[in-house]
Amino acid sequence: MKLNLRKKTLVLTVIMAVILTAIYISGIIIPDEAAAGSFLDSNQPPSLVHPFGTDALGRDLLIRTIKGLTVSMTIGFTASVISAVIAVFVGIAAASGSKLADAFVNWLIDLVMSVPHTILVILISFAMGRGLKGLLIGISAAHWCSLARLIRGEVLQLRSEHYIAVSRKLGKSGGWILVHHMLPHLVPQLVVGLVLMFPHAILHEASVSFLGFGLPPEQPAIGIILSESMRYISAGMWWSAVLPGLTLVLLVLLIDKLGDCLKMIIDPYNSQN
Amino acid sequence: MKIITNRIIKEIFTYSIKFISLLLAVSVITFALVSASPIDPVQQYIIGLGTAVSPEQRAEIEDYWGVNEPPAERYFGWLSEVLHGNLGESALYRRPVADIIGERFLNSLALMLCAWILSGVTGFVLGCIMGMYRDRLPDRILKRICYIISSVPTFWLGMVFLLVFSVWLKWFPIGFSAPIGMLSSDVTIRQKLYHLILPAFTLSLMSFANIALHTRQKLSDVLSSDYVLYAKARGEGKWTILRRHGFRNILIPALTLQFASFAELFGGSVMAENVFSYPGLGSAVAAAGLNSDVPLLLGVTLFSALFVGVGNMIANLLYGVIDPQIENGGK
Repeated sequence: MKLNLRKKTLVLTVIMAVILTAIYISGIIIPDEAAAGSFLDSNQPPSLVHPFGTDALGRDLLIRTIKGLTVSMTIGFTASVISAVIAVFVGIAAASGSKLADAFVNWLIDLVMSVPHTILVILISFAMGRGLKGLLIGISAAHWCSLARLIRGEVLQLRSEHYIAVSRKLGKSGGWILVHHMLPHLVPQLVVGLVLMFPHAILHEASVSFLGFGLPPEQPAIGIILSESMRYISAGMWWSAVLPGLTLVLLVLLIDKLGDCLKMIIDPYNSQN
Repeated sequence: MKIITNRIIKEIFTYSIKFISLLLAVSVITFALVSASPIDPVQQYIIGLGTAVSPEQRAEIEDYWGVNEPPAERYFGWLSEVLHGNLGESALYRRPVADIIGERFLNSLALMLCAWILSGVTGFVLGCIMGMYRDRLPDRILKRICYIISSVPTFWLGMVFLLVFSVWLKWFPIGFSAPIGMLSSDVTIRQKLYHLILPAFTLSLMSFANIALHTRQKLSDVLSSDYVLYAKARGEGKWTILRRHGFRNILIPALTLQFASFAELFGGSVMAENVFSYPGLGSAVAAAGLNSDVPLLLGVTLFSALFVGVGNMIANLLYGVIDPQIENGGK
């Protein structure tokens, strides 16, 4: 059977989605006790029993990494969805509201962009008293801008289309046009934007947790595992620094690729391939 | 020439108004966020003192700091002090915030400047190579590398470098901008540079991909244009075309992008400085946040907004004034 490019992409997308789901589910079903190690086998290099080695408390790093990836994916996904919702509202408001609203939204985007993201997340995390809530709000607040700009541009372009003008002449209300003519165009953009935002959010979560602003230290987040391993790096414990980080990079690459594939599947210009 | 000068002045004026409004908004929001924090700065200050404090003394500190005044009043009090150049005193370092920022910014600036130039040059050269060999092997390999690099978190890359170059190969020291046990005044420039190499290299690796991909796109646009086709027909070689037609069209957009990326540069330096325990603004802001040093946190945030704003202003000027195409199009 010969597959064309489109079908290949589709198969690839499904495989990647299955891998991601598998990581996520295994992170949830592995019991917490499995991660609790004993001091007898602390600081073990990678072996068959512990493929990623163990940390200073004797905990198995592979289990902790998988659990950490689950935490990262949960936070990344939630933050991306919140950002996307903000982006939709702000983008549509800017494009279909008054000139003043548009200018205000652009100013607001410039405002968010005028402080480095890392500092913004640190500030918000500080304001929320650290922990999960601050992390979620901080990452969402930092990430909606580019997608909002994209949606604004898209709506502005759609508004100049003939069929929108015809629809308006036929007496349809602005809200009806928005739901029936504009949203179908925006949804694919939004899905792709969401998936491409996801890895950014995960990387930010890991960075901020690494600095100590994110989750509490007993949570097995990737950033926390890595910041713990910082202390043992000079002792040559390479596995605790390299392997969890490498897994994170692979996860991010996987999601990135998934986003590209989705873009290709959704984009009607590619339907002939 | 005079027209260009006028345009520059006009551009600076309009941008300055926007910039001031943004800075004011940043100050209001930052202040509101810090005030909303459940972490009590007075308590943190008292813990930092290391001595027991009676309730009366505590009330005195609160009174002195104006903790119980209404928020708006506190904000305007703070703002007027900031405008007079007084950013308050850091609770963590027990020194004026302005001094700390000034001193640490020089360290950060050295780091960011090295990384900025390195990433700009590397990115531009790689972008040119990718553009010239578009869709051929060098382009495909480099493009893959660029995409992978942008999925790698800065701090982890720093950790791997630390492990490889400092722990295993022992080429570079582990952290600190100076050898341990030396007074900062005794440190020579050479030693400072030596401690700068690894963080700067890490930071530059984080940002070259963006500029390389951008340059690749621009260059391949130029190379598929009619005037390049004509140049080829005249018998110009690859290198001549790049020099005569390529550079002129891609240099300014690349430079603009590089100036507009000050925010990412600053954010990246926060991570790099923390991994390499480099004494710059980034490690100061993380320490301020973790130890609830409110004045320092406020100061560095404002300063970072100023830094990013200056970069954006230069980018705007480059884009709107120096590029002759924009100038003609704007009229």
